[in-house]
Formats: sequence, structure tokens, C-alpha cells
Amino acid sequence: MTNPVFDRIKNDVESNDIVLYMKGDAMFPQCGFSATVVEILNYFNVDYQTHNVLQDESLREGIKQYSDWPTIPQLYVKGEFLGGCDIIREMAANGELVAHFESVGIEPKN
Amino acid sequence: MALEAAEIKNMILEILPDAQVQVQDMRGDGSQFAAHVVSEQFVGKNRVQQHQMVYKALKGKVGEELHALSLQTSAPE
Repeated sequence: MTNPVFDRIKNDVESNDIVLYMKGDAMFPQCGFSATVVEILNYFNVDYQTHNVLQDESLREGIKQYSDWPTIPQLYVKGEFLGGCDIIREMAANGELVAHFESVGIEPKN
Repeated sequence: MALEAAEIKNMILEILPDAQVQVQDMRGDGSQFAAHVVSEQFVGKNRVQQHQMVYKALKGKVGEELHALSLQTSAPE
């Protein structure tokens, strides 16, 4: 039995380099943790797609099962779940995030 | 009823008996915790997997009663 929410998520994360599942959107994040990841992505000046889980309850629950991760935000890079706010903040601070972007061919916007 | 730091620590130790665990109640009201977990069982696992092990130890409480848990994990140096 396929799960339509999983199919939608799979399609989104595989057809966009960076996908952020968050509360609110990039202009108006509605949670501190989501806002932190938005600021980090803006700092590295990369293109990313966001999905507001507050507008879609099935996505809010579906994404947690899809990634086996209990909280929002969730960041996907090239289809791979990279982490939530803690991990992304840690990776940004120690240079791992920019190294990961480079290793998968993601360039900052010029 | 909000969780206590000690309760969180015990739940983690139940699954990771060898771990060194520090849990802090950041605001003193059970609304936001920070935890640092070091365990041999994290060796060879990436951060997502390490965090997932801690979340499983907390039996689905994260994202429910435990809204805000800032987590740091590492294998022993």
C-alpha cells in the first residue's frame, strides 16, 4: 500500500537540491528552531525549497515517519535527511555543512 | 506533568547503560532541556543515527511532552 504523503515527500526531496520542512515559511518562520535553519541557509546563500507543515497536518505527521525523526524542522540535501536544528547548527558552526554542500555540488547563489 | 531532567537521564541510561549523560533544564520549568550524551554505542554511527537512538530511548516523548530538547551526541574520544 503506497503512502501518498511519502510519495510526495520522496518526489520533493529528489527533485530539489535542498528541501526544508519547517513551521511557517522562509519569510515568516513560526518557530525558533525553524527560523535558525532558515538563517543558516540564508547565510550560506544557497537556493532551497520550504514546506510549511503547519498548513498540512498529513505532511506534519508523514515527514516524521518518513525520516524516523520526531521533530520539525527537517533538512534534506540531495534527497538525504541531514538533520534537525541541532545537527544543522553544529554542522554550520564546524564547517561540515559548507563542506557537505561542496561535496554534493551545491554552489551558493551568485 | 512536565518531565524532569533526572527522568530523561534515566531513560537514556536504560538504553545506553555505558553512556555519560548530562541533562539540563534550561528554564527550570520543564519546557526546554539540553542533553549531552557520550556513548561507545555511537561509534561508527552518524549524528542522525546517534540522535535517533536517544529519541528511541525517550520512547516517543520527544516532540510530545518533551517539546524542546537540544541534543548533542558523540562517541568517546
